[in-house]
Amino acid sequence: MSTDTAPRSRGHLPEGEELHHNVSSRQRMGKIWQSVLLACTILGILVLGLLLFNVINDAFGGVAVQSVISDEEVFANRDPASMSQAELIAILEERLRERVLRNLDRDQPLLERSNEDLIEIINLEIIKPEIVAVYPLNEYLFNRAAITASLAEEHPRAELSFKSWLSSDFITDPMSSRPEMAGVRTAVMGTLWLLFITVLIAFPLGIGAALYLEEYATDKLFDERTALGRRLNAVLHRGSSIIQTNIYNLSGVPSIIYGMLGLAIFVRALESFTSGSFLGGTADGTANGRTIMAAGMTMALLVLPVVIISSQEAIRAVSNSLRQASYGLGATRWQTIWKVVLPNAMPGILTGTILAISRAIGETAPLIVVGASTFIVTDPSGPFSKFTVLPIQIYNWTSRPQVEFRAIAAAAIIVLLVMLLSMNALAIFLRNYLRSKRVS
Amino acid sequence: MADQARVGVVERAVPLTDANTRMIDLRKRPRIGESLIQFTLLLCGVISIFTTLGIVVVLGHESLLFFAHPDVTLVEFVTKTVWQPAIEEFGILPLVNATLMTSLIAMLVAVPLGLGAAIYLAEYASERARSILKPLLEILAGVPTVVYGYFALTFVTPLLRNIFGKDVVQIYNVAAAGIVVGILIMPLIATMSEDALSSVPSALRQASFGLGATKFETAIQVVFPAALSGVIAASIVGMSRAIGETMVVALAAGASPNFTANPFEPAETMTGHIARISGGDLSYGSIDYDSIFAIGLVLFFITLALNIMSRWIVNHFREVYD
Repeated sequence: MSTDTAPRSRGHLPEGEELHHNVSSRQRMGKIWQSVLLACTILGILVLGLLLFNVINDAFGGVAVQSVISDEEVFANRDPASMSQAELIAILEERLRERVLRNLDRDQPLLERSNEDLIEIINLEIIKPEIVAVYPLNEYLFNRAAITASLAEEHPRAELSFKSWLSSDFITDPMSSRPEMAGVRTAVMGTLWLLFITVLIAFPLGIGAALYLEEYATDKLFDERTALGRRLNAVLHRGSSIIQTNIYNLSGVPSIIYGMLGLAIFVRALESFTSGSFLGGTADGTANGRTIMAAGMTMALLVLPVVIISSQEAIRAVSNSLRQASYGLGATRWQTIWKVVLPNAMPGILTGTILAISRAIGETAPLIVVGASTFIVTDPSGPFSKFTVLPIQIYNWTSRPQVEFRAIAAAAIIVLLVMLLSMNALAIFLRNYLRSKRVS
Repeated sequence: MADQARVGVVERAVPLTDANTRMIDLRKRPRIGESLIQFTLLLCGVISIFTTLGIVVVLGHESLLFFAHPDVTLVEFVTKTVWQPAIEEFGILPLVNATLMTSLIAMLVAVPLGLGAAIYLAEYASERARSILKPLLEILAGVPTVVYGYFALTFVTPLLRNIFGKDVVQIYNVAAAGIVVGILIMPLIATMSEDALSSVPSALRQASFGLGATKFETAIQVVFPAALSGVIAASIVGMSRAIGETMVVALAAGASPNFTANPFEPAETMTGHIARISGGDLSYGSIDYDSIFAIGLVLFFITLALNIMSRWIVNHFREVYD
């Protein structure tokens, strides 16, 4: 049969040579598209890599430090730690102006100050080391020649050295307006406090709502034999389905809207509660409702839909035969839920909840609206104090134009990601632990 | 149990009379504790209703105050192209325009990538590859949005400026924000679409293979149309996420309400504006304070409509196979 003569109509079927050609070209198309699809997936993961690279690149790198006067000159080539107090004071008196000295003396007499304190004053007031340039890691490692060349031209006395912006000082220092001194302790404490309040509110409420929707929502609470009872049961049933739909819709509301809800209700309307003034003068009183408590309540509302939905899934996964067995032994509804359903659903509930709440660690927008402070140096002292959190600090530092702030923002991002990862690891560990316990 | 045992004993010992027999009450005993617990659990569920009501009431109330200002009219609010609270010009169009532009760019990035990844994961990937690729995508979805904002400002913007030239692309621009928002919602679209594709019964695939279709033809011409409603729903949910996304646009898209169609210019979105205004010193009851609630109301209804639409599409157009 010759394929040349076959009519090229809609019903045309290729045969022989044409068939081979057709099949192989279609197979080829399939292979090409398969690699395109794989490329889409890989690209997503590539971006994750780029993101991490970008953060690490900025958080570590080189800095060029230039001081007004070299420390060898100030300390006359001696080790400052071995110098006596009198010698240190002599340096101060020699190098500093009269007025500055008087001011220092008024704060605390120089003779009463410790040696470390004096050395620090010499450092800050006389040597004055200043970061004149910041280089990201890749430039510092692979482009050293160009850096030293441009440095020699612009800041001839500057010294280039490696700096890790993420250091133990960075984690333990409070906030500061100078990037090389700033740390995230206040922000980490704020994040932990916020997390605590959020869990305290969202966990019980979320599980409660999930239990109602899964275990009680289909109940016929009233007598089905009377018209009124049937009507009331229908109303109740309709109510729970409205709650369910509502929860799905709430999970899609942008987080910034929750922030506005929190601002209007928890910060303004409930100010006497969230500012802690109902407790009397125990709180600092300056926070006017923009406290950890208000933010925690807002965050709890934000994560609640996700906590409910994931808890519902975990409760639904508990086999019905377990419930029947419990009822068969004469247990009541609540006994069954408390002793049978909840323990079996707990691994799933905990995993889902921890994942939902770990999202809350990274949330920034609602906290900006609720009014987290961008600059406070004191640690939060309780649920009714002003606060800042890690994402807010990252936002604040990123939005500044200086490169030093970019660098500490990157370092803070690493701290945040480590916190997130440890939460997720905790979720996985808990799930595995509870599962292994249940089987035995 | 105690009741029944005693009844048994009583029956044998004495003849049945009205006085010494007791009817066994088989009806459910009302248990106060159990009812209380049930009521408490119901209250937990009702909180979600209060949350929604709270959002609507708060946004509605403050918006009403906003429109009650003598300088503001509803017509100007929806038609004017200038948003300058300082000179009392309140036209929401520049903000809406910027939001739509970032979301559109985000969708252009996220839908092809997310769909490609979904089809690969659902149709091609081996069990081993899936178990590696899927968690990685989930990590991408779990990265805090402020980190994406940092990424947009310190990586994507310089990249765009190197490609298109520093004169064309400004430091703050819509394109970088849009691209990064797209990356942010891509895992969401990928996982939701993958669920839809995976739930298409394999009998359809087998039939298609039996007719001689290749794997790709099966995926595109059989599985994809069957899962179309789920894929569209995923895209709409992604769109609603993109519209509500705040941190990326607040950091990367600039801080001036700018009515422009050029993606390389700065333009403030609705969410970015709310974040910037409320981040500053905001005095309650001022027109600025009220205005962000009006913007919030518009934002809330847009995202709510999109979410309801996505659920409606799933419920009404889903192909159900037995």
